[in-house]
Amino acid sequence: MEKSAENFIIDDQDAGLFRVDRRAFTDPGCLEQERRRIFDKCWIYVGHESEVPHAGDYRSRNVVGRPMILVRGDDSAVRVLLNTCTHRGAMVCRQKSGNAKTFQCPYHAWTYNSRGQLVGIPGEDSYSESFKREDMGLVAPPKVESYRGFIFACFDRTAQSLYDYLAGAREYLDLVADQSELGMKIVAGQQAYSARANWKLLVENSYDGYHGLPTHQRYFSFLADIGIDFKARDMSAPPRQRAVDLGNGHAVVEYESAWGRPIAHWVAPFGENRKAHFAEVRRRFDDRFGPERARRICETSRNLGIFPNLVINDIMAITVRTFYPISPDYMEVNAWALAPIDECAEDSALRLDNFLTFLGPGGFATPDDIEMLESCQRGFANREVAWSDISRGMKREIPSITDESQMRAFWRRWNQMMTEPQIRRARKAA
Amino acid sequence: MSAIELPGRGEVEDLLYREAALLDEWRLEEWLELLTEDAIYQVPPTDTPEGDARNTLFIIADDAVRIRSRVKQLLGKSAWAENPRSRTRRMIANVRVIGADGDSIAVSANFAVHRMRYESVDTYIGRYEYKLVRAGGILKIKERRAILDNEALRPHGKISFIL
Repeated sequence: MEKSAENFIIDDQDAGLFRVDRRAFTDPGCLEQERRRIFDKCWIYVGHESEVPHAGDYRSRNVVGRPMILVRGDDSAVRVLLNTCTHRGAMVCRQKSGNAKTFQCPYHAWTYNSRGQLVGIPGEDSYSESFKREDMGLVAPPKVESYRGFIFACFDRTAQSLYDYLAGAREYLDLVADQSELGMKIVAGQQAYSARANWKLLVENSYDGYHGLPTHQRYFSFLADIGIDFKARDMSAPPRQRAVDLGNGHAVVEYESAWGRPIAHWVAPFGENRKAHFAEVRRRFDDRFGPERARRICETSRNLGIFPNLVINDIMAITVRTFYPISPDYMEVNAWALAPIDECAEDSALRLDNFLTFLGPGGFATPDDIEMLESCQRGFANREVAWSDISRGMKREIPSITDESQMRAFWRRWNQMMTEPQIRRARKAA
Repeated sequence: MSAIELPGRGEVEDLLYREAALLDEWRLEEWLELLTEDAIYQVPPTDTPEGDARNTLFIIADDAVRIRSRVKQLLGKSAWAENPRSRTRRMIANVRVIGADGDSIAVSANFAVHRMRYESVDTYIGRYEYKLVRAGGILKIKERRAILDNEALRPHGKISFIL
């Protein structure tokens, strides 16, 4: 099969074939282009408003390879600031989290307030009149916007609004955000891990319904052992499940699942004593949203991929997961649990317990996912096998979660962003 | 109130060294025999090492059912992250009998657990906090918490064996 110079994918809709050039997973040059053409152009998840609830609260973290500060200013506005002194570069925030009125650079004691304004320079009279203190505040990414508590930054000042960028993904973020009238929160405890694999393998894996049974056999045996009949809810039977291309590279799989959901799908292992409570929570959802939307919120699971590197899986618990490549074959992953702010202690404990049955680097599923991604990456050393096949279900009218249409949605957008500059240049030259 | 008789450090060390050997040798059924029926096993997240699993997202928070399921999975064929199995080697040191805690005995120990897999060596460093009880004269593990000093599971990626 021939590949045109600027394409990483073969997208033959007539033949129903879709292939991805494996150099997209292995080539350092490709990663360099991704940093500029994808991560510097897209809206990137930074954090959640609930992580900085009070004025002066801050979190420092790496986002797309840059140290940043997520901070709620003394004016209550949440900001994202680049964690580097405008003087000579040192990081002004050296703690992971806390509450502060000011950030003082330890190097020369330049001091910034919680809005990022420069408020103190030792020996300020040594600077010329052209030096303007108000120009020297901490720098923010060109664009920072939030949607229902999820805060994103974008380094492309010409980018469309976050609202437009999210496109069809908003509907699915709403299904998560609507789980509490008071708002959702990130629970304490960050799962900070990694995989010796290309970051796009985790994109594919996060909403891959095809791998569920073979890769996660042991999880389903565990469910069976604790008394959950997963065959009673057959994930593979449409129309109770679907995969949706949400535009702009985002995609989702939505399905009825066997596992219990803390909002508000009771299963026997949650305990008879909690059955009535779950029914009551469910009734409140019925009242708020009507039975159809309530059923969707409570009983269906969703694996949502927001282009390029945010995953929100609302499954046996809600995980917010983001990842970034350090090299073509190594990524860092951060994952959190999201929960209703007003969830009672008992429900919260149950939610976290349910989370750990499947998710995270010590769960009964995620380690096997990581193993598979790392196995793919090692397999790619066979350069002679140049293409991965992502054609599954391409001729099917209604995509199934066990097909690969959600991945094709990602790859088409990815390929477009990676190749557009070259195509533009070629057109210009012509 | 009658005070619990604290074991000597030697007896505790014997238990922890035996546990380490059983885990390194993948004799997990025998390892289960060191635990009480209601034992729990926890690994807190690296950013909240003193957290409580009821309100903090842990890496592992196994109750008795999940510990036994974990062992069954690891000894089966479909725990792919450990099939083929990792080699592990545990160094247990600085064992201290802290004192009585209700009807159990608080013990702490430092660990360095090396995992060898696909020719990478990843080292998990931290301390164990145990709660031991004496049942029929024998010390058993009622609670076992592995608190990592590693700031992140990088490049380890996962805790797929029993830490």
